[in-house]
Formats: sequence, C-alpha cells, structure tokens
Amino acid sequence: MRLPSLRRTLIAAALGLGLAAPAMAAEREILNSSYDIARELFAAINPEFRNHWQAEHGEQIGIQQSHGGSSAQARAILQGLRADVVTYNQVTDVQVLADAGLVAEDWQEKLPNNASPYYSTTAFLVRKDNPKGIESWDDLVREDVRMVFPNPKTSGNGRYTYLAAWGFAQQQFDGDEEQIHDFMRTFLRNVAVFDTGGRGATTSFIERGLGDVLISFESEVNNIRQEYGTDDYEVIVPPVSILAEFPVAVVEPNAERNGNLDLAQAYLEYLYSEEAQRQLAGFNYRVHHETVVEEFADQFPETELLLVEDIAGSWEEAMETHFGSGGLLDQLQRRR
Amino acid sequence: MSSRIFAIGLGSTPKRVLPGFGLSLGISLTFVSLMLLLPMTGLFGQLAGLSLAEYWAIVTNERVVASYVVTIGAAAVAAVVNAAFGLLLAWVLVRYTFPGKRLLDALMDLPFALPTAVAGITLATLYSSNGWMGQLLEPLGLQVAYTWVGIALAMSFTSIPFVVRTVQPVLEDMPNEMDEAALTLGASDFTGFRRVILPHLWPALVTGTGLAFVRSLGEFGAIIFIAGNMPYETEITALMIFVRLQEYDYAGASAIASVVLFVSLALLLAINVWQGRFIKRLHGGHG
Repeated sequence: MRLPSLRRTLIAAALGLGLAAPAMAAEREILNSSYDIARELFAAINPEFRNHWQAEHGEQIGIQQSHGGSSAQARAILQGLRADVVTYNQVTDVQVLADAGLVAEDWQEKLPNNASPYYSTTAFLVRKDNPKGIESWDDLVREDVRMVFPNPKTSGNGRYTYLAAWGFAQQQFDGDEEQIHDFMRTFLRNVAVFDTGGRGATTSFIERGLGDVLISFESEVNNIRQEYGTDDYEVIVPPVSILAEFPVAVVEPNAERNGNLDLAQAYLEYLYSEEAQRQLAGFNYRVHHETVVEEFADQFPETELLLVEDIAGSWEEAMETHFGSGGLLDQLQRRR
Repeated sequence: MSSRIFAIGLGSTPKRVLPGFGLSLGISLTFVSLMLLLPMTGLFGQLAGLSLAEYWAIVTNERVVASYVVTIGAAAVAAVVNAAFGLLLAWVLVRYTFPGKRLLDALMDLPFALPTAVAGITLATLYSSNGWMGQLLEPLGLQVAYTWVGIALAMSFTSIPFVVRTVQPVLEDMPNEMDEAALTLGASDFTGFRRVILPHLWPALVTGTGLAFVRSLGEFGAIIFIAGNMPYETEITALMIFVRLQEYDYAGASAIASVVLFVSLALLLAINVWQGRFIKRLHGGHG
C-alpha cells in the first residue's frame, strides 16, 4: 500500500522536474568575466540587479560569474569563452579584447568615466601604530624599510604600484631621468618578496609577517584591515598616488550570439546607479555618483591622483617601455 | 619499457598475448596523439612565428638564463636528496614490517594527490620566519623560505613518490636470499649493498631520480609560494613562462617552454638508452 503512493510521489516529482526544466532553460543568463578579488563584490551586486531587472521588465534572469587574474580571464575569452560582459581591473585586458574585435573599438566612450564605473588608487597597509613612520613614497626607499607588493611582471596591481612610485619620482625630481631611475632601483631593491598576485602578497604580509608595508589598491588594503583587525593594521593613503580604473565592457559578438545584448548593456549601466555605487563604496571603491561620494567622504582621504597617461604616455606605451621583456623594469632590476 | 614488451609480443610469439592487438594498438596511438602529440604540435605551432634569431634572443635572455640556473640547480639538489631518501623509504617499506606501515605506504602518494599550490602554501607557512620550522632554523642562520633552499624543498616534496614508487617494486621482486647469500659468502654489509643490491636497483633508482628531476623542472604551483620570486635569485623558469603568458606573448612562452621540454626529453631518452645497455650488460654476464 505504501509502495504505490511512494511511486506516485516519485512520478509527480519527475513530472515536476520535467516541467520546470524547460522553464529554467528559457531563463536568460549572462556571464560576467571578472578579476580575482571581485567575488564578494559581484555576489552582493548581482541579486540587486536581478531584482531591478525583474521589477522593470518582469523577466527572471540569471547571472554567472567567472573570476581569475584578469589577464588570464581575457585570454580565456580570446580562446572562446562566451562571456557577455567583462569587469576588469586593468585597461589593457579590455584593450586586448578590443584589438581582437570582441569589444567595440571605442569601448571607453560607450559608458561614462572612461567606461570605469568605479575607481581606486594605490595605498599602503602598515603594521600597528606605523612603527616605521611611513607616510609617502620617499619613505619606502629608506634603508630600514621592506615592502611587499605583487610582481609587476605578473600582476596589474603590481604595475599600478610601480607606476605610482614612478609618477611620484617624476614629480620629486622634476623629470630628471637619472634620479628617477636611481629612486626606482632602490625602491625595487626594498621589496621583500614578489608574489605573483595581490592575494599572495597579502598572505606574505599578514600570515608570514614579511615586510613593513603592503602596497595594493586602496579598496583592497581597507578590506584586508577590516578582515584582519582594524587595531593591528593602519591604512595610509599617500598624498600623491595613481588613478586605478576598473574598466567594463560588453563582449558584443558573444552577447549577440547569446541574445543578451540589451541585458549586458543594462547590467553595466546599472553599475553607475545610486544603489550600485553605494554598494561599491561599501567595498571601499571610490565612485562617481555625487550623493554617494558625499555620503562616504570621510572614508576616502583626498589625494592627488596621477594618470597613467601622464606617467607613461598610455597603457600601451607603459606595457612596452616599462613592463615588456627588456623594458625599463627589467633594466632597473638588472644585477649590478 | 613498454616498447620492449611490444617487441616481445610482436616478434617472439606468433600468438599475441593481447586480444585484439590491432584495435588496442590503434586506440593507444589515438590516445597518445590526442593527449601528447597534439599539445606538443600546438606548442611548436606557436614557435613557427619566430625567426631563429628571435628564438635565440628569448631563450638566452639574461634573466631567463638565470632562471635556468636556479631551476636546474635546485632540481638537481632535490633529485639527489630524493634518490637517497627515496631509496631508504622504499627499503623500509619493502623489507620491514612495523605498525603504521600501510599508512606510510599510502602517505607516499600524497604529493601526487595534493594540489601542488596547497603544498607550496603549507611549506611556505612552515618555513617562513614565523612558522614552526622557520622559527627553529632562522636562529641557526638557515633561511629556507624565499631562498633556493625553499625551491629545492618544494621540488623534493612534489617529486619524492617517483623515486619510491619506481624502486619499490624492484625491491619487492628481489629475494631476501640474495643479500643473505652475499653475507654468508663473507661480504661485509657495505660490500653486500654495493655489489649485490645496488646493481639490481640501479636502473630503477636512476629512472626514478630522472623522473623526479624532470618533474621538478616543470613544477610551478608548489614552488611559486615559497620562492620569493626575486629577479636573478629565486625566479624559476616556469615563472618566466607564466610572465610571457601574462604579456600575451605566446611565442615567447612557447620558446622558453621548448627549452625545458628539450632538456627533459633529452634526459629521459638518455636514461632509457643507458638503462637498455645496463640491463643487457647485467644479463649478458651470466646468460
């Protein structure tokens, strides 16, 4: 007597699944290819966008995330990963896609602020009470200071740190090349270890106790401090630093094939909305929306933000003259 | 090894041991092509875009050459250490019974099973100046993490099973009576080991050590977290390849990779040839 009823339940369940499956398949889904440390960020933003889209269009949608080093992510798309949108932390990685015709040539004009809905800068994390008294870049070339930041050869984060130091030296020495090179040589010599990525550098600084200062994005050092103890670490934003943009773009051929063009565009535009900007500021990113900027004014000290264009001409030039094989970075690190 | 088995199967017995020889050979060849030859062809396809001068400039770049020195040096040290301790471990596992033997035996495969990145992070945690081991070694002036010693340590960890697992079966096949006979005939312990046991283990030991060495040349995950990655001092060749990939320079990455591949292939080939001769000589003496 029990058996038939169990069987009925099973059949009903199977039927239910069978009916639900086509409904689920019909649901549109976009894939966001993003950088490594944005997991928590988009985990917070995506449900909000889903609700927003449902309220406006009455359509249930899904959002898939893919995270990794943003160059590796861009490579995956070049090799055929069908991501609809990219949200990266390096302009060059979107540019690579643009050069391959996967992203519009004028992608930086498609959305406000160079298609960068939020930005950050390079800042320092020092140990409790700042024992070495580190306030700016020139403190980092002192004999007694050791620092940790990811390898500029393998990490966009590290490239920002290198360029920020370069920009500071340019100002300090009025563009005198020899002095800038000397400064940079000492700067690079004071590095304790070169991890391949931001998270590795954090581990070296926090868990292994290496170095006096960790250099990373302002957003990241604030997050680290909040995670590992606001009493044990201090965030120092140097008076001069670099503008780090977080570029976004629609991967048009993919979005078109997936039938997601409108959705992908709306998703990126949503990042500029007041709600999304507030969430971004909550993750310690600097944003553009005026109301939100005022709300969070205390959290982001004023600092002079140099542009990559002013320091090295353009990202393309920076990659070639500074970071390419045999470039300035290689020369500065040469054994002497 | 497998080629010898094939040769016997083909030549000396008209009735083949394997059922459906044609089919199984076909499948094997397809598999080898898909899993080995195709990726290798891809690698060399990337190289096609380079002129010889460009190729040479990439593979002899000062910093890359420094990385060969670090990688090969550390891999050699790791291989020698593994040869000695791997032999000892295999000996203990085969010749003695003790509580926990099965566990130790199973433990030997752990480096194969563990994600190498996990191994690297664990080693770095242990041996950095605030880690358990690091705290003890640092006062003695021995720094392991972020030096080439750390690189050798990580290599040794990931490649020890190669030595143990190649020597173990040979030891198992070797009857106890052999060394007992040597001893009763008046050989000292050392002579017995050197003249009777070692010659039998030699091919397996060299193969295992060679495999361990080659494995270490390509290791990335386990090393990168403990290496420190300072230019010219603790940069491994795998990192140089990784850097080229970051720069979207596939040809450069393939060029450096091809050097590692050539070294590995040459070494494996040399070991195979030598082993063939050695075995011939060993059996030629009395048969």
